[in-house]
Amino acid sequence: MSTSTSPAPATTSAGPLGSISQHRRLPRFGAAGIFAVGAAAGIMLSAVTGFALVLAAIYAVVLGTAGLHVGSRLLEGRRTAADRLVTALVRIAFALAMVPLVWLVWTVVSKGTARLDGAFFNQSMFGIANEGGGAYHAIMGTLIITAVTAVISVPVGLLTAIYLVEYGHGKLPKAINLLVDVMTGIPSIVAGLFAYALFSLFFGPGVRLGIAGAVALSVLMTPVVVRSAEEVFKLVPNELREASYALGVPKWRTIVKVVIPTAIAGLGTGITLAIARVIGETAPLLVTVGITAVTNLDPFNGRIATLPVFAYYQLTRPGVPPEFAVDRAWTAAFILIILVMALNVVARLISRFFAPKTGR
Amino acid sequence: MTTTSAPPPQPEPKRRVGDRVFAGSAKGAGILILVVLAGVAVFLVTEAWPAFTASPADLAGGEGVLSYVAPLVFGTLLAAVIALLIATPLAVAIALFITYYVPRRLAAGLGYVVDLLAAIPSIVYGFWGIAALAPALVPFYGWAERNLGFIPFFAGPASATGRTMLTAGLVLAVMILPIISAISREVFSQAPLLHREAALALGATRWEMITMAVLPYGKSGIIGGAMLGLGRALGETLAIALVLSISGGISFNLISNTNPGTIAANIALQFPESTGLDVNTLIASGLVLFVITLAVNMLARWVVNRRADFSGAN
Repeated sequence: MSTSTSPAPATTSAGPLGSISQHRRLPRFGAAGIFAVGAAAGIMLSAVTGFALVLAAIYAVVLGTAGLHVGSRLLEGRRTAADRLVTALVRIAFALAMVPLVWLVWTVVSKGTARLDGAFFNQSMFGIANEGGGAYHAIMGTLIITAVTAVISVPVGLLTAIYLVEYGHGKLPKAINLLVDVMTGIPSIVAGLFAYALFSLFFGPGVRLGIAGAVALSVLMTPVVVRSAEEVFKLVPNELREASYALGVPKWRTIVKVVIPTAIAGLGTGITLAIARVIGETAPLLVTVGITAVTNLDPFNGRIATLPVFAYYQLTRPGVPPEFAVDRAWTAAFILIILVMALNVVARLISRFFAPKTGR
Repeated sequence: MTTTSAPPPQPEPKRRVGDRVFAGSAKGAGILILVVLAGVAVFLVTEAWPAFTASPADLAGGEGVLSYVAPLVFGTLLAAVIALLIATPLAVAIALFITYYVPRRLAAGLGYVVDLLAAIPSIVYGFWGIAALAPALVPFYGWAERNLGFIPFFAGPASATGRTMLTAGLVLAVMILPIISAISREVFSQAPLLHREAALALGATRWEMITMAVLPYGKSGIIGGAMLGLGRALGETLAIALVLSISGGISFNLISNTNPGTIAANIALQFPESTGLDVNTLIASGLVLFVITLAVNMLARWVVNRRADFSGAN
């Protein structure tokens, strides 16, 4: 087998040995060329049968891949042909996954910019029948409920992570670990039903409260915070803790003054991503907070409009001339995407710029 | 509290007040998680109980909770299974592409792009599904009805809006793709380097190296990731509520206008306007969903963690 690394296959592969011929390789652009020929055939085929962009792309990719496989099989042998086929397939798979992403972003951007005006950001839906109006109340509601959610989940999540990493041995941490996993898998609508059930015990059936929505979102956000914080705390080198103990620093001060500052960048990233996860949640808010047309900034009193629920109702109950509401819905969806993407970018920036200086 | 009362062998583990408070609150937060999860179960059961005890005639559908939930469970499973069948092979291929087919410098960036799919809120997926994907699939459904109509799945009549079970499954597939691919990616990248290099050194092509050294090692990771994706697909609410045209009943027809609902979508659609016993019935269906996802997720974690036990190959 060491012959396969031989730089001069020409002398050996000319021989009658069949297996050696497998080492013949297509020239560097040969594979791409064969693929291009197949793809061109596919486009021609689609042109003959009446050109449609999607069909043309499908034909081109299928025929190009098939052509590459057959060509490689004839010229390079079975094994290399299989390798090339798989290489093509995994590339196609990745490209396929990008189609919905690009398509979705393009759809939302193209439909969402229609109402991207000042009124959208500083008017509520109070007294709006069809034209005009905005999502000021919903944006504020989303910010308030998300803030309350963060206020609940971040301390609980961080403390739990500290418990699991710093104090965790025995049965209880193991059980908590398992339950955090379980909690990660709770469907968002079930979290909403839980919060509704909890609050309807105290406030009677049909309750709609901002705080109930925040509790529902906390059920979803806390396990995410725990998991990411746990990962980060585990990355803090033990030497730092031991050095601190050696100086006589008590454990809690070690955690507060050494472990958390070292992990702060990771914590920031994790919390930001956790917020990004819940800020677009619709289902739990639909059943706990409901929707309203007026600006309500008090999470302890009555319904609050939130951006995702606002978008949902504007699209599904648009009213008589539907265009205005549908436009508002798409703009709300657009703002949601911007919010989530911005949070994702912020999370990455945090991890880049606030990472502990390990330069030594 | 056991941390304070346990007698440690060391003579003087001086516990300061700050230490005790801090350890206590950390433990308390952990216990709170236990309590919340127990609370989810308890409150759901409490609120669902009236639906189980009420006379069947009083409930929506008039035949009791089980026959109300059964078609919804069917729809939930059908949509999730479609999503899983589409997403798993794609996700595995993407994970392979990112771990073994792109230069390492690009890998992190491409992985991030795939993860962006997971960041998009589910309602936006619903918007996209109803406004872009569903209309685009209408010609395909017509073609499928004409040419594949002999298969029960494509029996038709093809939907004119495209809001079919298959569309819903496709949207779900896109949504769970990043979950499966993230876990597969993690497992694939942990495949023992020595095995991989040994395979390559013996003259294996890259694909042969993957089938010999990576896939056997990553199999349980793929299964676990797929099941986590399944868990997410089962609980997905608004994308389905928006995309699927629901008429109830049980049907294997994937391209028609009449589709069974899913538990989560049904709750989202009915809950805001429901009162009294209807609310209890919906919560009962939520309880069923909770139990199903719980089982699937526990199984998935068990599969993934079992791998961790014997991953000491490196």
